[in-house]
Amino acid sequence: MARKAVATKAKTQAQKLANVPQFTAEQDLEAYREMLLIRRFEEKAGQMYGMGLIGGFCHLYIGQEAVVTGITMASEKGKDAQITGYRDHGHMLVMGLDPKGVMAELTGRQGGLSGGKGGSMHMFSNEHKFYGGNGIVGAQVSLGAGLAFAAKYKGDGSVSIAYFGDGAANQGQVYETFNMAKLWKLPVVFIIENNKYAMGTSIERAAATTDFSMRGASFDIPGEQVDGMDVRMVYDAARRAIEHARSGKGPFILEMLTYRYRGHSMSDPAKYRSKDEVTKYRQERDAIEQVKARLIASGAQTEESLKAIENDIRAIVTEAADFATNDPEPDAAELWTDITISA
Amino acid sequence: MPQILMPALSPTMEEGKLSKWLVKVGDSVKSGDVLAEIETDKATMEVESVDEGVVKELLVEEGTEGVKVNTPIALVLAEGETAEAAPAAKTAPEPAEAPVVPAEKAAEDAPAAAAVPAAPKFEAQSDPDLPEGVEMVEMTVRQALNEAMAEELRRDKDVFVMGEEVAEYQGAYKITQNLLQEFGPERIIDTPITEHGFAGLAVGAAFAGLKPIVEFMTWNFAMQAIDQIINSAAKQLYMSGGQVKAPMVFRGPNGAAARVGAQHSQDYSAWYSHVPGLTVIAPYSAADAKGLLKAAIRSPNPVVFLENEILYGSTGLVPKVDDFLLPIGKARIARKGADVTIVSFSMGMRYATQATEKLVAAGVDVELIDLRTLRPLDSDTVIESVKKTGRLVTVEEGWPQGGIGAEISARVMEQAFDYLDAPVIRVTGKDVPMPYAANLEKLALPNVDEVIAAVNAVTYRS
Repeated sequence: MARKAVATKAKTQAQKLANVPQFTAEQDLEAYREMLLIRRFEEKAGQMYGMGLIGGFCHLYIGQEAVVTGITMASEKGKDAQITGYRDHGHMLVMGLDPKGVMAELTGRQGGLSGGKGGSMHMFSNEHKFYGGNGIVGAQVSLGAGLAFAAKYKGDGSVSIAYFGDGAANQGQVYETFNMAKLWKLPVVFIIENNKYAMGTSIERAAATTDFSMRGASFDIPGEQVDGMDVRMVYDAARRAIEHARSGKGPFILEMLTYRYRGHSMSDPAKYRSKDEVTKYRQERDAIEQVKARLIASGAQTEESLKAIENDIRAIVTEAADFATNDPEPDAAELWTDITISA
Repeated sequence: MPQILMPALSPTMEEGKLSKWLVKVGDSVKSGDVLAEIETDKATMEVESVDEGVVKELLVEEGTEGVKVNTPIALVLAEGETAEAAPAAKTAPEPAEAPVVPAEKAAEDAPAAAAVPAAPKFEAQSDPDLPEGVEMVEMTVRQALNEAMAEELRRDKDVFVMGEEVAEYQGAYKITQNLLQEFGPERIIDTPITEHGFAGLAVGAAFAGLKPIVEFMTWNFAMQAIDQIINSAAKQLYMSGGQVKAPMVFRGPNGAAARVGAQHSQDYSAWYSHVPGLTVIAPYSAADAKGLLKAAIRSPNPVVFLENEILYGSTGLVPKVDDFLLPIGKARIARKGADVTIVSFSMGMRYATQATEKLVAAGVDVELIDLRTLRPLDSDTVIESVKKTGRLVTVEEGWPQGGIGAEISARVMEQAFDYLDAPVIRVTGKDVPMPYAANLEKLALPNVDEVIAAVNAVTYRS
């Protein structure tokens, strides 16, 4: 089969270990901090949802932290654009947006990133080149290709990173976009976060073919399947994919094999999968525990020093939660602002 | 000492059953550990710990029904805390310090609902004064649209054109003729037949600072892309709290052409005019087509620009000035009169204009208003006219229910009820999908006689 890049197919554990790219202690520590911030932030968001402070839909990223962390570490912050769907809190935290602003948007307060007018699914930052935060399944894929189109049009050397899930991968406009992205050699990396369930439907029940890295094959877009629970594997694959896109070769698809521990949203009891399946991932594959174990085994960190880091992160999250609880709601006059721009 | 509160697991949950404890007093817990199972009328869900520590006390027995959201259900002793420091919370059924008031409760307790602030009023500018003795050039609407794009492409490198057959083929209706030759394939881009995808791609490019002109071969095909036009383009500025813009134009022929059947003959004027965040323009004359398309391309907002295939070949006089721009949101009074007001736009203006000629000849002093822009809608011009004439007829090709005429009728009733001397009459397309048969198609569309009959009715001449 003609395929430009060879997919790293599911391998044995021994093969995996032999090929795993190594992180320096500094990289491991950076990944640890970023992923732990997402985990603790999302747990707090879940708690605040339970207290009625966050309303509507709230999709947590718990379990998938390695994906956005590894990719963002491999990207150029402030230069490369990122766009995703509604499971977006982790993306913003790793891209450097203020946790207070993210949490206050979740609570719908004036200090939120969208002034309280967007909510959990709609946050953006021109400065960090984060384009949301999109509520319609699959829409961000063509929007992401548009960001890449603008990068190429302006010749600014940036790459667009467009995330979507295994559910969105079945939407028609994804393939319209794949076609245009390859046709016009757009600098875009498509990240398929395959967490095995499109809401409550397993990939086997929704997809005729479940190797999503192959979904670009008929457009001649190279794809790889990546262990999305190992931040080193994510980083390594992302580095190559981003380089491919930046060098003018066009799009690249990375399928991240990942897992969300919580339901699709806060109000999803997740009865469609067994408790054992969730427990197995948490105990055997957890991205944060992997990094933690490495840091301690190598002697770079101790239980105590990591505890101190955790306490720092808890303090950041607590501060964000306090801010988001006490910040006032938007002024009523904001109802009528930002609808159109006065020319 | 952290209290574990009964959580709400859906936006509407107020209470639930604590069906099962999965920890007991003395257990160590950490973030993510499942503490308990709770049941609502909808589902069973798990309560996870956010804190670390040792379970000090379970405050609610398992099996308890009707546990209110935010009631403390357990106490967890954090690392380093001593048991003595813990308040004896079991005797207090209500939380010592209520951590949150649920939003609904807060609303009930509030003395009065917050007043809705008044919507800001859109103030349209007037058409620019033309220099004395300016040369007027006769051209088709097609040429006018083509010139508008060419001039803006020359002026701003961030403007580009994207759509099906816009480049090599020179445009399915030749609106983009010669643009490829002048501006090259980087800026005049043929797309696959992929409306949903390329509309979304263009919106993304606009987010990133470009100014796309998206041509839909017809607006009928834009239904494939309407999600991106409304959900992504129109709402983006608001959802982002004013940060992310979508300065772009979606354009192409709208409404009935001739004998192309139900799926290719639809008027979307009312559809898009419904949506806050969009600007909607539907010109009739060649001069308006040019001046308004140039303004649309420069607009910082997403603009839906509705053309009409039958009007592409019609000619009009366009002033020959360097930069002919017209104000968005301003209606044009096509003829001043005192007896009756006719309001129309786009192809409807053809019926309205012909009817006006006959009516004037018959002694009816018609005031004819061409809306030109449908959002923001220039109510002021219409209201002022109705205050003078007391009678109003609207003309459009679209369906009657929820149409532009319906909207104008409602506004006139709200703002000029006492000035009306007769009920408003809407002349519209018939409330049917467009038939293919020539005779039926003719019947389905509005016509000059219907406009005249409506004017006769509101002036009690019939």
